[in-house]
Amino acid sequence: MPEIDHVLNSVSIAVTGSGGAGVITAGSMLLEAAAKAGLYGLFTRSSGPQIRGGEAAAMIRLADGPVGAPGDVFDILIAIDWHNIERFAIELPLSDTSIVIADPSQGAVPDVIALSGARIIEIPLKELAKKIKKGRQNMIALGVVTALIDLDQDVVDQVMVHVLAKRGDEALRASREAVASGKQAISEIGARVTSPAISADGTGRWMISGNEAAGLGALRGGIRFVAAYPITPATEVLEWLSPNLQKVGGSLVQAEDELASINMIIGASYGGTPSLTATSGPGLALMTESLGLAVASEVPVVVVDVMRGGPSTGIPTKSEQSDLNIALFGLHGDAPHLVVAPNSVSDCVFSTQWAVSVAEATQTPTIVLSDQLLGQTKVIIDPPADLAFVARRVTPAETGEGFQRYAATGTGISPMPIPGIAGGQYTADGLEHDDKGLPSSQVKDHATQLDKRSDKLDNYDFGDHWAEIEGEGRFAVICWGSTTATVREALERLSADGKNFRLISPRLLAPARPAEMALALQGIDRVLTIELSHSAQFYHYLKGHFDISCPLQSHHRPGPLPFRVGELCDVITEWSGS
Amino acid sequence: MSVNSATTSAFSARDYKSDVKPVWCPGCGDYTVLSAIGKALAELALAPEEVAVISGIGCSSRIPAYLNTYGFHGVHGRSTALATGLKLSRPDLTVLVTGGDGDGFSIGGNHFLHACRRNVDLTYIVMDNRVYGMTKGQPSPTTEPDWDSALSPGGTGLRPFNPLVIALASGANFIARGFSGDPNGTAKLITEAIQTPGFSFVEVLSPCVTFRPDQRDWKKIVRPAPVDPTEDIGQAARRLMTDDGFNLGVLYSGKRKPYALTKHEVTSDMTNLEQQFAI
Repeated sequence: MPEIDHVLNSVSIAVTGSGGAGVITAGSMLLEAAAKAGLYGLFTRSSGPQIRGGEAAAMIRLADGPVGAPGDVFDILIAIDWHNIERFAIELPLSDTSIVIADPSQGAVPDVIALSGARIIEIPLKELAKKIKKGRQNMIALGVVTALIDLDQDVVDQVMVHVLAKRGDEALRASREAVASGKQAISEIGARVTSPAISADGTGRWMISGNEAAGLGALRGGIRFVAAYPITPATEVLEWLSPNLQKVGGSLVQAEDELASINMIIGASYGGTPSLTATSGPGLALMTESLGLAVASEVPVVVVDVMRGGPSTGIPTKSEQSDLNIALFGLHGDAPHLVVAPNSVSDCVFSTQWAVSVAEATQTPTIVLSDQLLGQTKVIIDPPADLAFVARRVTPAETGEGFQRYAATGTGISPMPIPGIAGGQYTADGLEHDDKGLPSSQVKDHATQLDKRSDKLDNYDFGDHWAEIEGEGRFAVICWGSTTATVREALERLSADGKNFRLISPRLLAPARPAEMALALQGIDRVLTIELSHSAQFYHYLKGHFDISCPLQSHHRPGPLPFRVGELCDVITEWSGS
Repeated sequence: MSVNSATTSAFSARDYKSDVKPVWCPGCGDYTVLSAIGKALAELALAPEEVAVISGIGCSSRIPAYLNTYGFHGVHGRSTALATGLKLSRPDLTVLVTGGDGDGFSIGGNHFLHACRRNVDLTYIVMDNRVYGMTKGQPSPTTEPDWDSALSPGGTGLRPFNPLVIALASGANFIARGFSGDPNGTAKLITEAIQTPGFSFVEVLSPCVTFRPDQRDWKKIVRPAPVDPTEDIGQAARRLMTDDGFNLGVLYSGKRKPYALTKHEVTSDMTNLEQQFAI
């Protein structure tokens, strides 16, 4: 079992301003420059409900190791203006050790910020920008921040060249001058913020979002057909896949709605092409009837659900782990299927790839439960190894008279012909059927086929990939999905204080693996579950479907605010009584 | 299409029939549509394994199991979407879609519009009997407004859809109407529909003798359309808007380019593709 031992050193930076002020561009450039310099990092963005305009915040955490969770407080907040700050100040926790860079021309620092006790440094961002021909405040801000954390100006310059090349020489000159001006302003004041130590440059590392990572995992697994309907926050999975599928000989079709997308991929998969769609909660709700069809007709498909706050339209741009119940239990009838959850942005690659391989091998629809926090967070990571899980569907060696598409084999998996194979003709059917696929309402056929469809999942060897299990201790924390990274860092911090816990994060949520869970819990006296759900869906799932004999306690709350490491350290400390 | 009809006469309509007995009532119009499909496939000498027949839910949607081709009997209303995914990813197959008026125009209405608009090379055969037969006699979108039923006593009072007009307005490339009482004529329409590239829509008037015994009279009303097929969309619109729903034959045959996925050559291996993430 891997030890939990490394404690991250990090610096957290927020850049805020009205839409159009360029804070997201400045934030992205900061992340990229820090990555080139050799830091790991994480970039999340917050924006209001407006499509364009409104307020925006770029939130960056830079660290000396791979980082998956937002920091507890921001060390630096730089505000180009204070537009609508009251609405999202809660997402920007500050302390008396924080530095706030404010432009005096934007008025007094609002109470919601000032009351944190942070040190306020006034820099006239707007005025400095005006002094430069075509100068922009966001580039002044980039200069200020990179100077504050003493980031190598060469890499900042490389990123400017890379990002601004397409905007022409004039834009590059203006940005260079603006960054230099921001740097000059800081050197005059003499402020510094301690930045994590850098041991090597970032060569070979990746910058990737969870939505891109899910798309990449899909391609690695062998997905070559995608049909989908746009929905926040899953659309980037599709926008990444559309051009990249083409490079590997595949295609994406935009469907008229989610009812069509799921049926299109069922049709394409029936034709022999590994197929996928991506959606969010409302889309998954529309797809559930046809997921039942895929279960009954044994056609493998993969549905990536990038969860957002629900129910109904809910909070489309923010995260929550509240689609667990519909993913596990949303199908009518007894409909065994697979639910897989990536436990980090990086793991979106492997989990999606693995989902494709198990879906294809078991001819079963598979839901991948990502969420907005994973999907829309950009991270700097070491390239995730390709573990070579690929789609391998069993096709029949022999067909012809008497061929049984749905034969009850020992494993439950029966060879699936693809159209074009002579003698393999069968009708895939949502009606209950016999072993040849012919409609049947017979007692025996129903029982046989229900057994077959659950047997093939129960008998499948999921190996060690069913969960991440880390650390030793008498107490265990069980969590899943995007919460895992935050729990892991909390446990790392507690471990540094000599308090040791075991972390269990199931990647395979369905079918439930009670026997494996019991093994993972050997020697454990107490269990705490942590999840971002108002009704503690995961806790109740563990209670109902796993045999956990020790005391089980739940910590849960709804989104849209993600958990923070410090918050979970407090929760775990209080629960464990240490 | 793997077999060329000029060099083979190996297939007869029987070769496409499975040995499953239909659930249909005696006298149902769908029997002759089933055999018309077999005749059309034999005429085109398509090998059964190169054909897929896709359907939704309803009496006529049971057809795939009665054929010896590949088939998919899916959920209610989504057959054109499922067929679209299959045909786009497997353009080598001949893909037919079969179903009824409730499946296609009520629960599947949106997909019908978009299937016409997309114009994928599919042949969609709707057996229109203006009633939900499988659930024992409720009004469908093509039912007359005064047709009495337990669910809508005295009738719905609603004007029926004109599916052919909707198909034309939405972009279907081939529009025809057949009658189950004329199996040879229907087989000919289906043959031509399959041969015409793009989305071909064939409405087959197919009486429900159990819940709409009045439809037995259709055989007295139907007639070959008194005009030749047109490729003029304006002329077709006028004809379809003004006919009484009993003119048989090809009523529109256009030249719209079918939608197909561009076959992309593999230009990158995964290692190459993943370089976009390197910092």
